[in-house]
Amino acid sequence: MMRKVFSRPRTLKDMPTHYCPGCTHGIVHRLVAEAIDELGVFERTIGVAPVGCSVFAYNYFDCDMYEASHGRAPAVATGIKRVLPDRVVFTYQGDGDLAAIGTGEIVHAAARGEKITVIFINNAIYAMTGGQMAPTTLIGQKTTTTPYGRDRELNGSPVKVCEMLSVLDGSAYVARVSVHNPAAVTKAKKAIKKAFQVQMAGHGFTLVEVLSACPTNWGLAPAEALQWLADNMIPYYPLGEYKVPEEV
Amino acid sequence: MAIARVTFREERCKGCRLCAVFCPRGIIATAGHINAMGFHPATLADPEKCTGCATCARMCPDLVIEVEKEVAEVGQSFDERK
Amino acid sequence: MARVLMKGNEAIGEGAVRAGCRYFFGYPITPQSELPHYLAKRLPEVGGVYLQAESEVATINMVYGAAGAGARVMTSSSGPGISLMQEGISYVVGAELPCVIVNMMRGGPGLGNIAPAQSDYFQATRGGGHGDYRMIVLAPASVQEIIDLMKDAFDLADRYRNPVMLAGDGVLGQMMEPVELGAENEVSIPPRPWAATGRMGGEKHLINSLYIVPEELEKHNIRLNAKFTVMAKEEQRWEDYHAGDARLVLVAFGTVARVCKAVVDRCRQEGLAVGLIRPITLWPFPVRAFAPLVETAEQFLTVEMSMGQMVEDVRLATRERRPVHFYGRCGGMLPVAADIYTQVRKIMAGGRE
Repeated sequence: MMRKVFSRPRTLKDMPTHYCPGCTHGIVHRLVAEAIDELGVFERTIGVAPVGCSVFAYNYFDCDMYEASHGRAPAVATGIKRVLPDRVVFTYQGDGDLAAIGTGEIVHAAARGEKITVIFINNAIYAMTGGQMAPTTLIGQKTTTTPYGRDRELNGSPVKVCEMLSVLDGSAYVARVSVHNPAAVTKAKKAIKKAFQVQMAGHGFTLVEVLSACPTNWGLAPAEALQWLADNMIPYYPLGEYKVPEEV
Repeated sequence: MAIARVTFREERCKGCRLCAVFCPRGIIATAGHINAMGFHPATLADPEKCTGCATCARMCPDLVIEVEKEVAEVGQSFDERK
Repeated sequence: MARVLMKGNEAIGEGAVRAGCRYFFGYPITPQSELPHYLAKRLPEVGGVYLQAESEVATINMVYGAAGAGARVMTSSSGPGISLMQEGISYVVGAELPCVIVNMMRGGPGLGNIAPAQSDYFQATRGGGHGDYRMIVLAPASVQEIIDLMKDAFDLADRYRNPVMLAGDGVLGQMMEPVELGAENEVSIPPRPWAATGRMGGEKHLINSLYIVPEELEKHNIRLNAKFTVMAKEEQRWEDYHAGDARLVLVAFGTVARVCKAVVDRCRQEGLAVGLIRPITLWPFPVRAFAPLVETAEQFLTVEMSMGQMVEDVRLATRERRPVHFYGRCGGMLPVAADIYTQVRKIMAGGRE
């Protein structure tokens, strides 16, 4: 008899998304939703959506959701978790939200060891506002505000979030993953699920940085974009677990 | 008979072709027609060859694909599979 | 009932706790730091949470999260910090969340100084943050009134699902006065069926201020505005101190009103018909107090610790049917009774513009 081996997770609402063709937000949304489903915590999960392409994540995730101001999701999540410590709280943030305007909030949420899970989408560009340079844009990468390529002298060097946050005692689980091929997607899901488990065990702050593609603003077809990600982003942003709690 | 059944929800497909690129059997093609969004949806070109690995579904950003796989019932022999 | 000597900043904290507030997020800033110090000790005593945030920007967003999760929550700051909170306050209004924000005003603009001022009046009453919105602003003038108004602040925030600001100044924050605290009653917080606390088997709740479709955002703004209209009508508060038969009416709030009361007393002793209207709500401005007075009074003198902000509301409220004068000190200088008295005499003798 035929049995379903793959279908929509309950945590993801059955609705079309506004994301571009080949945008990896869709994949990562699903991985987060699968983790929540598999851990059986849908009823007590609360998510915080960012400002960026994924601003409408508050529609796509079917759990209770908050829309935060740009960069401030970790602070909003802190407010929620301090009032409702038994809930599972996650934020979903892009590279402008988390690594530019939100650096204060993410560093201090990690320093305080806030028991939340941050899903950090790093696609090395500001997509929603029209393809501008992000803190994570690579040297030489052309964007609408670095038309000649990112210049180290002018714009500094890209920011390595996992490396920075893993230094803090409050960080319990910090990992960088990718979604550029099926094997990577499988590893990404494992890390995301582990991050939620570490939160639920009360060890502290958890973050998964997901190297992601933006076909539209990179000017590449979806499959080419994933290849570009693998060839260019992974060497600069090595994959792996940067912080793991002693007891998992 | 096929050991897997894959359904494509055509109206949700944005024609990104990640499923086609990563299908280990190379059996996903692009349809000639367009859907209501204006994209050429993905479709299974050779359903008999599908193993139900669900790689296509896992790479699809839009949950277009559902995968069912043949599983034997307890006590059933290989040839008795229905 | 026993009376206790309390400092203004601490009274804010005690008033909040007695009103059922159990969550405070904040960042130190002079002249209100005694309030977080007090709550850092007091909130754990009642099972609450005091969390020092990394900035006022983070603070207001923590308040947003906590309010959305259904808590009675507050924060406090002074001008520069309240400036940082403006975006967040706009979000709180847009998402229709209750909370209490305390501003102990100090000299500005910019870094200014840490001495008292009333120059955040425009910021408090004219939005401050972006978008169409209003916020009830309460202005106590004594430590006892702080205790009483804190309860009202939380109740009003809940009633309208909107932030409420308590506007004080450095003098009020530092002064010590005897207060009657009353019995510490069990506070029942009104239910929040809209709070997003996890579905827990129920419908999905969303805390949000984004309405991407213009038709929807217009509808939302019309709905919010209906709340503000009710507030404007129902929540005007003021104190009338001998204004009914006054020829010259002083208008002042907070610490300055206390000084003006002394001026009124002196004038009355000398047979001068002077009175005072003390707005207790800066917004909604108590326009109703002025309707009879434009008939009975000849002149108004607004006294503020600023370069003249509330005076504009007095001109609006009197429809400029009578001369409205202004006297102010700023930068942390306090208007003193003798100088205000001199202005009153000058005006009544016809010596002002």
